[in-house]
Amino acid sequence: MPRLSVWFVRTALVYLAAGFTLGAALLAAPGLQLGVPAARLLPVHIEFLLSGWMIQLALGVAFWILPRFRVGPERGREDLAWLSYALLNLGVVLAAAGAVVGLPAVLPSIGHAAQAMSAGVFALHAWPRIKVFGA
Amino acid sequence: MVHLPTLTRWFIKSAMLYLMAALLLSIALQPPLRQELPLLATMWPTYLHLLVLGWLTQLIFGVALWLFPKYSPSRPRGDERLSWASFLLLNLGLLLRAVAEPSHALGYPVGALLIVAALAQLLAGWAFVLNTWPRVRER
Repeated sequence: MPRLSVWFVRTALVYLAAGFTLGAALLAAPGLQLGVPAARLLPVHIEFLLSGWMIQLALGVAFWILPRFRVGPERGREDLAWLSYALLNLGVVLAAAGAVVGLPAVLPSIGHAAQAMSAGVFALHAWPRIKVFGA
Repeated sequence: MVHLPTLTRWFIKSAMLYLMAALLLSIALQPPLRQELPLLATMWPTYLHLLVLGWLTQLIFGVALWLFPKYSPSRPRGDERLSWASFLLLNLGLLLRAVAEPSHALGYPVGALLIVAALAQLLAGWAFVLNTWPRVRER
């Protein structure tokens, strides 16, 4: 597994653990009669599990297993994939922090914009790799 | 010939059952039925979790268990007890919450059931992370 995939997948596992923990707190809260601020935690739970876990895992595995090139760098523009990793995680942190600590509304929006840019940049990296194996 | 590990088969087949259950439930959640049965109006979170946890997450767990780099030649999939615990707890938690969450919304005293469901799902996630982490490495 290439280094960037290790970063993607391990970060995804961290978000999986965090997202499940928040989800368990939200589910158990009525039983424990805890005053969990569900309205603030639910968006973070969703953000962590959809973007932090699932999307991140998919990008990490795609970087690993998509067809490689015979000539030049075997995975093409790795710099674009690293930028995608950075943008995705910046985006998840900003979007989640915005929901929890009530950052100015523009920051979560910037977070979601960063996630969209992450997808675009990853597509730029991956597009030429979506080809016949060995071509 | 490719052999799917036994537990991967359990994960993937269970995932497909949840996919079918979620999509059947989505039919019941449409306005005509939902308006006649108050229970259905409380099942939106159940539908989402059947789909995202029962189907997607469980499918990912099963495929990761199969395809990720081997832990070692003698224990290619790490500690399989953790993976089995993850599978059993995930499904126990999901089935319990499918009963407890709508019941709670309808006012039934199912607090203890919610706690058990939450704990089971939490431990399932952590068990998967614990066993998968050392397999995610450069080679």
